[in-house]
Amino acid sequence: MFGTFTALQDIALDINEGEFVCFLGPSGCGKTTLLRAIAGLDIQTTGTVIQAGQDISALPPSERDFGIVFQSYALFPNLTVNRNVAYGLENARLAKNKITSRVTELLSLVGLPDQGPKYPAQLSGGQQQRVALARALATSPGLLLLDEPLSALDAQVRVHLRHEIKLLQDRLGVTTVMVTHDQEEALSMADRIVVMNHGVIEQVGTPTEIYTEPATLFVADFIGEMNHLSGDVTAAGKVKVGTLPLTCATADLAKGQAVIATIRPEDIVVKPSKGAKKAANTAVLTVEELEFLGSFWRVELSAPSLGDNSLSANISINNARSLALEPGSKVSAEFPAERIRVFPAVG
Amino acid sequence: MSDAAQALKAGPAPTVKPKISRDDWTMRLFMGIIAIYLAVTLVMPLYAMLSKSFSTYKVDLSGYGLQVDTGSGWGDETTLDAINAKHGAFKASDLAGSSDTRLSPLALFPDFSFRSPTKYRLKNLRPDVVFLFGSERVADAEWHEYTSNDFRRISLRPVKDIGASNYLRYFSTPSLFYSIYNSLFIAAISTLITVTIAFGFAYALSRSCMRFKGFFRLVAMVPILVPSLLPGIALVYLFGNQGVLKDLLFGHSIYGPIGIVIGSVFFTLPHAFIIIQTALSISDARLYEAAVSLRASKWKTFWTVTIPGARYGLISAAFVVFNLVITDFGLPKVIGGQFNVLAVDIYKQVIGQQNFEMGAVVSVVLLVPALLAFAIDRIVQRRQVALLTARSVAYEPTPSTRFDRLCLLYCAFVAVFILGLLGMCQYAALIKFWPYDLSFSLTNYNFDVMDGGGWASYGNSIKLALWTAGIGTCIIFSGAYIVEKMNGFTWGRGIFQLVAMMPMAIPGMVLGLAYIFFFNEPSNPFNFIYGTLGILVVCTVTHFYTVGHLTALTALKQMDPEFEAVSSSLKQPVWRLFSRITVPVCLPAILNISIYIFVNAMTTVSAVVFLYSPDTTLASVAVLNMDDAGDIAPAAAMGMMIFYTNALARIVHLLLSRGIVTRTQAWRAR
Repeated sequence: MFGTFTALQDIALDINEGEFVCFLGPSGCGKTTLLRAIAGLDIQTTGTVIQAGQDISALPPSERDFGIVFQSYALFPNLTVNRNVAYGLENARLAKNKITSRVTELLSLVGLPDQGPKYPAQLSGGQQQRVALARALATSPGLLLLDEPLSALDAQVRVHLRHEIKLLQDRLGVTTVMVTHDQEEALSMADRIVVMNHGVIEQVGTPTEIYTEPATLFVADFIGEMNHLSGDVTAAGKVKVGTLPLTCATADLAKGQAVIATIRPEDIVVKPSKGAKKAANTAVLTVEELEFLGSFWRVELSAPSLGDNSLSANISINNARSLALEPGSKVSAEFPAERIRVFPAVG
Repeated sequence: MSDAAQALKAGPAPTVKPKISRDDWTMRLFMGIIAIYLAVTLVMPLYAMLSKSFSTYKVDLSGYGLQVDTGSGWGDETTLDAINAKHGAFKASDLAGSSDTRLSPLALFPDFSFRSPTKYRLKNLRPDVVFLFGSERVADAEWHEYTSNDFRRISLRPVKDIGASNYLRYFSTPSLFYSIYNSLFIAAISTLITVTIAFGFAYALSRSCMRFKGFFRLVAMVPILVPSLLPGIALVYLFGNQGVLKDLLFGHSIYGPIGIVIGSVFFTLPHAFIIIQTALSISDARLYEAAVSLRASKWKTFWTVTIPGARYGLISAAFVVFNLVITDFGLPKVIGGQFNVLAVDIYKQVIGQQNFEMGAVVSVVLLVPALLAFAIDRIVQRRQVALLTARSVAYEPTPSTRFDRLCLLYCAFVAVFILGLLGMCQYAALIKFWPYDLSFSLTNYNFDVMDGGGWASYGNSIKLALWTAGIGTCIIFSGAYIVEKMNGFTWGRGIFQLVAMMPMAIPGMVLGLAYIFFFNEPSNPFNFIYGTLGILVVCTVTHFYTVGHLTALTALKQMDPEFEAVSSSLKQPVWRLFSRITVPVCLPAILNISIYIFVNAMTTVSAVVFLYSPDTTLASVAVLNMDDAGDIAPAAAMGMMIFYTNALARIVHLLLSRGIVTRTQAWRAR
């Protein structure tokens, strides 16, 4: 609780040593608050934070073991790159030449071996963020915290740097927590992703788990694209959308429960309608719209059997060529049972 | 260290009580020190003054027992009150007084003669009642026996009480409360004129393509460098009884409202100009383009685009000027003549009549308009800031021969006014004997033969300005750092911020008088600084605290808020961050604060006029005292010394700032 506003509620999370964990969620979901609680910058009202077996819940940041990198880099403008990196080493009673060699080592580690004598303002954004990373790693912390480290950078630099950070983290094996609102960043970098919304954890899992088996409708929507088909549970393992019966896992949802069945656009298998056999989880749909998106076509589909629901499907260039699609043409679409996920309808 | 496993678990656990780090303790310690500083130098003196204004003093005759022996043994025991009731010698108004009242009881005895053999016995009936025998204080409850000859030397001392009677007396004395009207009148007229002139000046500089803009900007800042009483002295030479331009007044006297208003316009012009210039510089060029495309006339554009855009600046400038004029003491003292204003009344009550309670009452009265003007200005400025953040396209003036010439003419006129007054002062200071011997000489600079403390007071002023700038900048900047960067402790920081804003609203005269009440109290442990340079330093730091505080806050807000987090994650103590990062990065702002304090410490009169001692006379006060003693030319000479000193200080400041910017260009370039 911060003031009268509850930023986080009932958070239970274990982070393993050497792991790269991403907190992912929309702005205001509490991911930064959680990071700042771990750092001790904004201490939680209730709850326990344990690091390496030690209860650090009430400790100020200076007595915790972490290095941190912020979106703004927070580099000291009046110190050279060398002295920025050396800042944390200065009162560790290290000999001068040891500090110098450590700084050199760190700068080459982040790929900036010759930039030491420059001031932060003379570097590009990506270079500044590398310096910030080197500074955070200088004291060999047990935990590295990254607060939206790439958000202030250009798209190209961002892609490049996220790859490098990941490599660096692998090499050093330092436990890392990164806060981001960019799902692509989280999916490509994290060992595990913690998806958060409205101050609670929606799901914790590997990137593939999060993508293919979203635990909640929020996660399903927030990551990647998802078709929504509203319907009802007719029996265990059976859902009816419009007049179309679908076979899929319904977990412990009761019969008659209003649900939303979801499937990703790329999981819909589109075939020619002529000669298609009547198979399970298959419907004949009309092409409403076609949109060319470079490596694939996005096709908007509808059918009376689906009721008010409409669908998007991604069709590869090759497949689209053989189907000869145009608005108004009919296709047969299959919804593989293991790709359909069912969630109770909200409201 | 590398064995990291993180867990964050929640549940019905008890509330976490964060451990306070060493840095937090450091910050709290510093905040405590500065809070105590502000309490002692601001809050407590003001409280002492407020309570003084409600202190009433009255001789209580019923508190004295009396026995008389006219030769036939001691008579019945009676009280002075009973005797007074019989003779009616003292009316109630005779018994009321101030803390200094000494009342001789002899009037109660119409047939008293110091040669008679009659003897008197006097006794204090209550513990709070006291009388004096000569200068010896008698406070016990015993009978004291006096011969007639000795009884002459008895004086009764008043009893202190709390009540509003000082205020009643103030508002029933026309010569006193009429000053309220005078002060408001002067302040309102000066405000109107200053804001109009300053607006024209700022408009010409921002909306025309005239030449010499840099020169005019410089000239507009000149009045800041001189004490407010200097234009008064110049006006005496120009329009006074022996003034060169006396005939221009058509028989009106410069001594009075006319002089005060002209002088006020002079010394408030830079303040109004800075604010209005800022307001004009943020107006949006797109609005002017829209006005042109809608075929609006220039006149209409001016009233529908320019004025609304600058309205907050105009209002803010008006209240700042109003506040400066109504609280100013030096100028009306020099040129006010018989025209009484509040600030001078305080001085007259305290220095002239030694009536401290009435001085406190006038101070409280003066505080009301000053606080109001301050509050309105703060509210308006907050809106102005909102306008500033919504940044838009900057306006670029286009050349127009006629308009540019008109602007140049106007600015030249204002510049002649400013430089003319200043030049008159310098001219007068160099004249041997105005107006009879107009040859040049330096005799007026021989301050050591005049009232006011001589050259020593100039040295004291320099010392005061340096000390104040040094100590003040440290205190103000550290205080602002703590308000801005400390973790938690929100209410404490809120109160701190409020107190830091207060000095701006407190007139200097009020502060100085409050200091007398607070520090001159013998029981005050800080009593020892009374009469030293120390109290002048403390008072001046407090007097000019707010502007420095705001400057420091602005600079600190531009620092990345995560510096503290990064530094503590790297296990570095906060003082290292402060000394290695915060101070170097904020150095330009720190220099600005210290030059501001230096210049003001050189020119201020109002607060220190109550606090200087024979050893700590100041140049600015010497100007006042020499003028008071009729040595007007030396007063002008000393005033010009202050001007040259401040001008030099500003040049040094400019060079230092330039040097810093050049030296740190590598990292300041963004």
